[in-house]
Amino acid sequence: MAQLSAEEIGKKSKKEERRLMWLSMKQNKACYAMIAPFMIFFIIFTVIPVVMSLPMGFTDFNMAQAPKFIGLSNYTTLFLSDKIFIKSIRVTIVFALFTGPVSYVLCFLLAWLINELHPKLKTVFTLIFYAPSMANVYTVWQLIFSGDMNGYINSFLINLGLINSPIQWLTDANYVLGVTIVVQLWISLGAGFLALRAGFQNIDRSMYEAGAIEGIKTRWQELIYIVIPSMGPQLMFAAVMQIVSSFTAGTVAQNLVGFPSTDYRAHTIMTHAYDYGWVRYEMGYSAAICMILFIVMYILNNLISRLLSKYMD
Amino acid sequence: MAQTMVNTDKMKASNKQAGRKIGGTVAIFVFLTLLGLFMVLPIYLTIIMSIKPVEELFIFPPKLYAMRPTLSNFGDMFDALNSNRVPFSRYVFNSIAVTVSVTVLQCIFASMAAFVLAKCRFPGSKIINSVIVVALLYQSNVIYIMQYIVMAKLGLIDNPLALILPSIASPMGLFLMRQSIGQIPDAMIEAAKVDGAGLFRICWQIVMPNQKPALMTLIIFAFQAAWNIQTGTVVFQEQYKTLPTVVTQAASAGLARAGVAMAAAVFMLVPPIVVFMLAQRQVIETMAHSGIKD
Repeated sequence: MAQLSAEEIGKKSKKEERRLMWLSMKQNKACYAMIAPFMIFFIIFTVIPVVMSLPMGFTDFNMAQAPKFIGLSNYTTLFLSDKIFIKSIRVTIVFALFTGPVSYVLCFLLAWLINELHPKLKTVFTLIFYAPSMANVYTVWQLIFSGDMNGYINSFLINLGLINSPIQWLTDANYVLGVTIVVQLWISLGAGFLALRAGFQNIDRSMYEAGAIEGIKTRWQELIYIVIPSMGPQLMFAAVMQIVSSFTAGTVAQNLVGFPSTDYRAHTIMTHAYDYGWVRYEMGYSAAICMILFIVMYILNNLISRLLSKYMD
Repeated sequence: MAQTMVNTDKMKASNKQAGRKIGGTVAIFVFLTLLGLFMVLPIYLTIIMSIKPVEELFIFPPKLYAMRPTLSNFGDMFDALNSNRVPFSRYVFNSIAVTVSVTVLQCIFASMAAFVLAKCRFPGSKIINSVIVVALLYQSNVIYIMQYIVMAKLGLIDNPLALILPSIASPMGLFLMRQSIGQIPDAMIEAAKVDGAGLFRICWQIVMPNQKPALMTLIIFAFQAAWNIQTGTVVFQEQYKTLPTVVTQAASAGLARAGVAMAAAVFMLVPPIVVFMLAQRQVIETMAHSGIKD
């Protein structure tokens, strides 16, 4: 009897809850109206495709026939018998470790240093550092790292007398990952960098003035006590952008050192997914690969947002 | 160098910030210049190669300048573009139409949604906020297929709208604006509410004027992405193709046409750089007078 009444109370409070929610939804009509234009397009072109693609990792899907449910078999194959996948995990970790944190620090450092300059110089330097990510000119990279003597780097090193014969930067298994990392770093001052630049511009001048009165003496103190605490949201944005670009990199390697790269040395997880998806048409398997990558990125994102949470409002 | 000194002097005069030594500013300038030369090298080489005649492209040692600069690569590129059945101006029109509509709609929609998500609590707001982050992080080949299926269901295949509609709602743009709008003190919005302003008016008359840096940054991102939209697999008719599609076609005929490829790259880079410069100037001018206080 007592149990029943407890259940009834539960039911009632749930009903009450729903009524309250409906009320507050009605109260917030204006909010829904403001968000609707974005949400309509977002749901149709992003949410629906994402939701439709989530279960694909559990299927055998070749794009010609309807997907067939095969349980966890894609995942077991991946971890138990796909040696190249295991290799690609290693490549991705090395790649992300080198490009992610380095480029994140570089984005922040350069955004800050540029902020110290005269306004006219700010625009010029921001353009110079951002420009490489605007132009995806792989042809020029191929010419710079070209394996014959005509390559800029080879001819430079030969002229200096450091090497006697040209190095095969783009095909030698020892170099392909390094070259890919360098080029990725070169083009990585992108969205995160610009958002941080904007964040610096958004800090109110009176904060600096107050800081100066309260005894802040150097640029470094100013950076630590005034700038960083008020840039939490931009730091978070840049972190998310950095996670995405360093973990899902693949196009740089594919365009630069070819596909597949020598001995799979620059074969990232995303390249592996591309291989199975668009070369072999095993979309189910490809989706499983992407799902694993997503889970890793999601966990990392939550870790970073916890780290930065003290700077968030 | 003298130029720098003048600049740092001016800066010092205009700045009430703590502990600015001229030496430090000059050191920063020198460091950024050296690193900047290194960063700009690929772009510089691209421009140089676009004005090199073919016979200069493969000499040893490779030169960092053009001995006999020529515009023939650009000429060849425009010849290739003009040999299509559709006049060149049509591609230009298509690209401008796509870029302008995507950029404008993306900025308006993302700003309004970001304001509400950052500053209002309503049933569903938390879920939407986390869905945005998931959408940013979840990258998969399969999404393209599903997007294609959705567009096919809507009858958008081979319809020019297919170039615009999918790019309007950008989770990245929303995320950027939301992060930035979140920094505005609630008191400012509360005060406007007390004065009887509706959400729409608060958004456009109070919040957005204070969001110039973020909005200009969003414009740069949106323009750049929209300008590079390729016609690819969704639109096949020649008269709906965009510039990047036809320029890539004109440039992709082997390394012998490396010069033309470079010319194409330079040509496509000009509008984003112009927009970048205009927008960045706005970003930088906003400092100092933001008037936001906690």
